[in-house]
Amino acid sequence: MLEIKNLKASINNRQILKGLNLSIKPGEVHAVMGPNGSGKSTLANVLSGKNGYEISGELNFEGKSLKKIPVEERAQKGIFLAFQYPLEIPGVNTNNFLKTSLNSIRKANGDKELDTLSFLKLVKEKSLELGIDEKILSRQLNVGFSGGEKKKNEILQMKILNPSFSILDETDSGLDIDALKIIANGVNSSRDKKKSFLVITHYQRLLDYIKPDFVHILSDGKIVKTGCSELAEELEKTGYKNFN
Amino acid sequence: MKQQELKKIKDYKYGFTTDIESIRAPKGLNEEVIKFISKIKKEPKWMLDWRMKAFNRLKNIKEPNWQKPKYPKINYQNLYYYSAPKSAKDKPKSLDEVDPKLIETYKKLGIPLKEQEKLAGVAVDAVFDSVSVATTFKDKLTEKGIIFCPISEAIQKHPNLVKKYLGSVIPITDHYFATLNSAVFTDGSFVYIPEGVRCPMELSTYFRINASETGQFERTLIIADKGSYVSYLEGCTAPMRDENQLHAANVELVALDDAEIKYSTVQNWYPGDKDGKGGIYNFVTKRGACRGKNSKISWTQVETGSAITWKYPSCILQGDNSVGEFYSIAITNNHQKADTGTKMIHRGKNTKSKIISKGISAGKADNTYRGLVDISKKASNSRNYTQCDSLLMGNKCGAHTVPYIKNKNSSSTVEHEATTSKINEEQLYYCNQRGLNQEEAVGLIVNGFCKEVLQQLPMEFAVEAQKLVGISLEGSVG
Repeated sequence: MLEIKNLKASINNRQILKGLNLSIKPGEVHAVMGPNGSGKSTLANVLSGKNGYEISGELNFEGKSLKKIPVEERAQKGIFLAFQYPLEIPGVNTNNFLKTSLNSIRKANGDKELDTLSFLKLVKEKSLELGIDEKILSRQLNVGFSGGEKKKNEILQMKILNPSFSILDETDSGLDIDALKIIANGVNSSRDKKKSFLVITHYQRLLDYIKPDFVHILSDGKIVKTGCSELAEELEKTGYKNFN
Repeated sequence: MKQQELKKIKDYKYGFTTDIESIRAPKGLNEEVIKFISKIKKEPKWMLDWRMKAFNRLKNIKEPNWQKPKYPKINYQNLYYYSAPKSAKDKPKSLDEVDPKLIETYKKLGIPLKEQEKLAGVAVDAVFDSVSVATTFKDKLTEKGIIFCPISEAIQKHPNLVKKYLGSVIPITDHYFATLNSAVFTDGSFVYIPEGVRCPMELSTYFRINASETGQFERTLIIADKGSYVSYLEGCTAPMRDENQLHAANVELVALDDAEIKYSTVQNWYPGDKDGKGGIYNFVTKRGACRGKNSKISWTQVETGSAITWKYPSCILQGDNSVGEFYSIAITNNHQKADTGTKMIHRGKNTKSKIISKGISAGKADNTYRGLVDISKKASNSRNYTQCDSLLMGNKCGAHTVPYIKNKNSSSTVEHEATTSKINEEQLYYCNQRGLNQEEAVGLIVNGFCKEVLQQLPMEFAVEAQKLVGISLEGSVG
């Protein structure tokens, strides 16, 4: 599904990713852990296509290079990024935003756009499944949301847009245990043979709830170690310093 | 439409041109031309006298020049003040002959095919015309005693009403452009709502197309008698092209005791090309008088077109407990300039006014909010709330807020809030990541910014206006 070879990325002449290799197959859940400044968020940004980075190396999604594909087209192809800091957009109703988003993606894939009624039905079903109060959806997008509400909203969006590849950028940061379970449940209930996930996190805690197939340790712009979920537990005990 | 002309306006995506018929008043501004207009409109003598009074006044006054956007000197002797509406034979025969770009815009706005034909000036066969629909509505209005007709017709059929109210809100001595309009206005709308009548429909929703050829000096007069209500829609989200560069319309509203007038405008005149050449000067005087107690006038405007927009729809709150409102969205892109806002003149006791202004500036455009809140000594317990928000896109545009506040009454309060923000790259990225392209993302964010004003528009207008907001800013990012 995703093939990354010798990926280098710089911003403002500063190199952040320094030759990263990663391969994710359909149905797999990968966790990326690493200290502050190791390039975790840069990886998420580069995969989603954010402007401003100088990129070299290979970056292939479903057999095709992503390098010249703009952000929205990557999203339409099935790449979803749950933001570390979801943006507030005043005056824009969350439901309306989600519907516009879903229909843009459907349209790009040649699917019929959902009418308001079927959309609301879908929203109701998904929010019930996740245990999220759908009231937040009638508010302005992320405006006045608590940290937890913002993250839950990201996961609800993920459920509704139903992407084939989801990146969670430190979605667990700053969450209480109940919210953490909702996030984990959002991922676990979506797992199937076709969907893949890249879960970026600081802490092993999230991985108690989402069992990854692989854990990678990112340090100074490179993956320095790859293992299975035990690696995360080891890391929790010894810290990152042994992996530099 | 001729191929050559099509080519000429290739870059003007919303435009259309048709040949102008040659029935025109001779060029220039003089007594003969004013007599010509008055005669062709079959006006009574008092109307001609009124025009002459304005014309004589005009000779002694100069154009104002305190506004921010400057423009090249207008040679008033070099303009035509009357030309006949186009005849059917010069109109395009079908939509196939119309600039495809224009049709594309109509489609984006979701305008029905029949309306598209009318807007594009296609000569429509009477059989397919929706005249019968219009007639049905006209009957409904007549039943309630509502008068809704061209002002030229009102001058002949309802002279007493016209005499009493025309120029009573905007006197012929007001200022250069208002005086010019009084001397040479060609046509416009007249509305009278009788006492206690609630107008059963949004006026001009079904008639807007017929009102599209009223010329550059439009004159509108709306009178809401005691306890009546009317909602009036002016303009059109669909782009409009006009041969005349200067548009100086006058709009007067009068609300008597307990009456309410809601006046909504969507203005999308030709803004000029990317380099700022051509484009309409929209110098309009709009003023409403809340003459009776408990009366209310509410202006809502969405200004997206014109090279220069220079207007201040205002309320004179004469009646005690009267209310004035002004909701505005002014979008300027490329080289467009806007200097717009409102005047709230509090004269009665317990009068209230509310101003919500949203200015959006992109490209090399310049957008000024200018407003006056004037509370006189007698207007005790009066209140004003003003909120001016500016949104900038890119770093070559400008936004300015110039509020004038005069409060001579210690029991009255005035509040003013202003914000300026820039469209945020991260917000755009967030929207893009959810599959929205750049233009959809901008449209969404800007519509969110304008929400409070868009909400004021009548439903069917609001949907079109929302789309228009997005379309107006196309190409302004990325």
